[in-house]
Amino acid sequence: MLLLAFDTATPAVTVALHDGSRVIAADSAVDARRHGELLASAIEKVLRRAGASHADLTDLAVGVGPGPYTGLRAGVVTAKVLASALRIPVEGMCTLDVIAAEVDAHQEFIVATDARRREVYWALYAGNEARLRGPQVSRPADVPAGYPVAGEGAALYPELTAEPLGPLFPSAARLAELAVRRRAEGARPAPPEPLYLRRPDAREPGPPKRVTEPSPARRVRP
Amino acid sequence: MTASAGPGLATAAPLVLGIETSCDETGVGLVRGHELLADAVASSVDEHARFGGVVPEVASRAHLEAMVPTVQRALDAAGVTLAQVDAIAVTAGPGLAGALLVGVCAAKAYALALDKPLYGVNHLAAHVAVDRLEHGPLPAPAVALLVSGGHSSLLLVPDVATEIVPLGATIDDAAGEAFDKVARVLGLPFPGGPHIDRAAGSGGDADFVPFPRAKYRDGTSDFSFSGLKTAVARWVEAREAAGEPVPVADVAASFQEAVADVLTRKAVDACLAHGVEHLVIGGGVAANSRLRALAAQRCEAAGVRLRVPRPGLCTDNGAMVAALGAELLARGVAASAMDFPADSSLPVTAITATAGQRV
Ligand SMILES: [Zn+2]
Repeated sequence: MLLLAFDTATPAVTVALHDGSRVIAADSAVDARRHGELLASAIEKVLRRAGASHADLTDLAVGVGPGPYTGLRAGVVTAKVLASALRIPVEGMCTLDVIAAEVDAHQEFIVATDARRREVYWALYAGNEARLRGPQVSRPADVPAGYPVAGEGAALYPELTAEPLGPLFPSAARLAELAVRRRAEGARPAPPEPLYLRRPDAREPGPPKRVTEPSPARRVRP
Repeated sequence: MTASAGPGLATAAPLVLGIETSCDETGVGLVRGHELLADAVASSVDEHARFGGVVPEVASRAHLEAMVPTVQRALDAAGVTLAQVDAIAVTAGPGLAGALLVGVCAAKAYALALDKPLYGVNHLAAHVAVDRLEHGPLPAPAVALLVSGGHSSLLLVPDVATEIVPLGATIDDAAGEAFDKVARVLGLPFPGGPHIDRAAGSGGDADFVPFPRAKYRDGTSDFSFSGLKTAVARWVEAREAAGEPVPVADVAASFQEAVADVLTRKAVDACLAHGVEHLVIGGGVAANSRLRALAAQRCEAAGVRLRVPRPGLCTDNGAMVAALGAELLARGVAASAMDFPADSSLPVTAITATAGQRV
């Protein structure tokens, strides 16, 4: 088995290779504006480091967010294309679950990441990493209070918690381990569909704006 | 694999996959040598119609959904497999940033999976290069007039693979944008171009209203369509205010005439000024019947040879990207590095994308 895992749903571009027993190569960089530049090169880099070729890949796992859309799509479209071109299966995994898997907590906790526009993507987890609520997108004030919080959300919005936990970003190494474990448990892989959680911003226009001064007495357009 | 490769040699020529996602069309083209094998397009235009314009996020989501199926459709139509592809080309810019990124990431993933060279190419250069597929080798030098909803440019093209010199561009709205906005004023659906063309063709009088021709003979190759759009709106509003019906066909024809007049006048002037004998017209607005007719008439009068690809190749498509990729490959131009960015404002002088050129 050679599983390639990556996630681009946060400012981190993180890539890892797993041979079925352990992670054999990984690479991460944090740059919110360069997902499209970094991802393919990072994949080449981990393959080279592991002395492997794209033809050796047997499985794919990709973080499907929630996350800011442009970066998120970089990972998801890469996964879809690789799966199709290499004819190998791909699993989509919630990015917040990947962060949760790295949290060392023995009580319920929240993972929150940056959703921009003064909102966070968040989910509530049990101490054993099982997701209890979410993922959702909310203003920080609407996130359940009183829990320790992992993910960049805790750093961006200190009011979210008195107990910030690590890590800030997901790691593909952990994503790979989760995917391999799920594979071994015989879980059915989720499709690599992005979790946007918001509709696109678009408003239907009213009637065309007038260019001449309207005379108050008369409405020209219905 | 020279430009003159005949049908016998064509099978030996490299197979190039072209991907275009700069706006609302997911375009995938397959070109072998200089022969068009397939041109598959998935458009999200219907999803934008009720918003009266392209919504970038809606377009980006649609690209992600359509990408793999559209590539498969193109492969099926061409009767080839992915494994037979020799190189990949993709629009690196200019265009909508989020939309471009879907295509760029997809192309990189195909290049990675197939271990084949990848060209990140300029969208405007691809609009010029596509004519190769229909009318044979591009004459050099040529002047190119590219007009669409996203761009309106006049280019001097000494060599589409290596050198493009911008002569002028719109200083405000793109020509296609003006069509969309005037269509709204006239109560016609989005996208406006085909509807205005049709309305004008239904007996519209092109001389009915003498709409202004901005920058008509100002000595530049620049355009301006914002004032024209406002003039149409003002005329229509005055008519309505007077309680008279708006003669849609006549207004459409008069507006279209003003646009076609300015575009073709400036394009022919540019040919004459630079001593160029060939004019190539591309972009979605090149599908406009009046623009085509007037360009033909004025080129003939000026002794300029006109080349306009068929409408399906004028609008954004993957074939144009594959066509430019094939040209670059045939000419031995270096492939792009794997980390080139999607660049929403890629200058037309950059025919291929290189890493780190973004400022
Ligand atoms: Zn275009």
